[in-house]
Amino acid sequence: MIIGLAHYLSVAAILFTIGVFGIFVNRKNIIVILMSVELMLLAVNINLVAFSVYLGDLTGQIFAMFVLTVAAAEAAVGLAILVTFFRNRGDIAVDDASMMKG
Amino acid sequence: MALTAIAFYLMAIATVGAGFGVVSARNPVHSVLWLILSFFSAAGLFVLMGAEFLAMLLVVVYVGAVAVLFLFVVMMLDVDFAALRQGFARYMPLGLVIAGFLAGEMILVSTTVASHGAARSSLGPLASGAHPTATNAEAIGRVLYTDYIYFFQAAGLVLLVAMIGAIVLTLRHKPGVRRQVIMDQVLRTPATGMRVVDLKSGEGIDG
Repeated sequence: MIIGLAHYLSVAAILFTIGVFGIFVNRKNIIVILMSVELMLLAVNINLVAFSVYLGDLTGQIFAMFVLTVAAAEAAVGLAILVTFFRNRGDIAVDDASMMKG
Repeated sequence: MALTAIAFYLMAIATVGAGFGVVSARNPVHSVLWLILSFFSAAGLFVLMGAEFLAMLLVVVYVGAVAVLFLFVVMMLDVDFAALRQGFARYMPLGLVIAGFLAGEMILVSTTVASHGAARSSLGPLASGAHPTATNAEAIGRVLYTDYIYFFQAAGLVLLVAMIGAIVLTLRHKPGVRRQVIMDQVLRTPATGMRVVDLKSGEGIDG
């Protein structure tokens, strides 16, 4: 049994789908939505690294590193917005987030 | 080779199972713990592929920083998480259908690409260009600090902006609390900081 590119791509595909599924079913809980986004970015990273190793080109791993950077920044800013929203509202229900418009 | 397959399947199952735990756990704290397990197993997959540096980066950045940040926020916010789970059962069937189609399509595409793509069918340690003996970290360093130096700097800028943004968003000045204002202290001169009072005997200073 040889573990090839398809195996890693399948794992990444399933993980990405779980991320999408998590956003679907946890529509009200923004913390779990943020974690689902992190899962999707992890799936993207697995894809990038798998293709990088498969093609013998390091560019994929470099790009995965940048994806990691942006994901960390996104988590930090997202959670900061969440904390501010909680301070103003006393709740984190996404349905009420439309008050932020305008 | 069999050992590699066993390791792969163990970590793949752990990654996917923990990912499912993230989206289905009742308690967000458990979600964060599942997320940590998922990232840890994904780091194992990276090691299996020969990308050790990224695996360590994943452990340090995600398990060490992002997951702890999530945990911190989840525990800090005093929210009724049971109320936030309303609609979980209602969106479940549609979500499952869409997720099933999405996963099926992507796996179909990726297996097709893998079987009709380039000739290599198994993943070996990466041959690192001009320096075949270099380790993964060294090979990445040779590329990152030469060809991608501007992108590297831009990534640093992104992190700086994120850091300042997070501080600006969450920093709060409470009224009634006297804070140290460095600017006022620096701008203080002998002329503004000192005054000569002509004091008569038997009287105090008012104000």
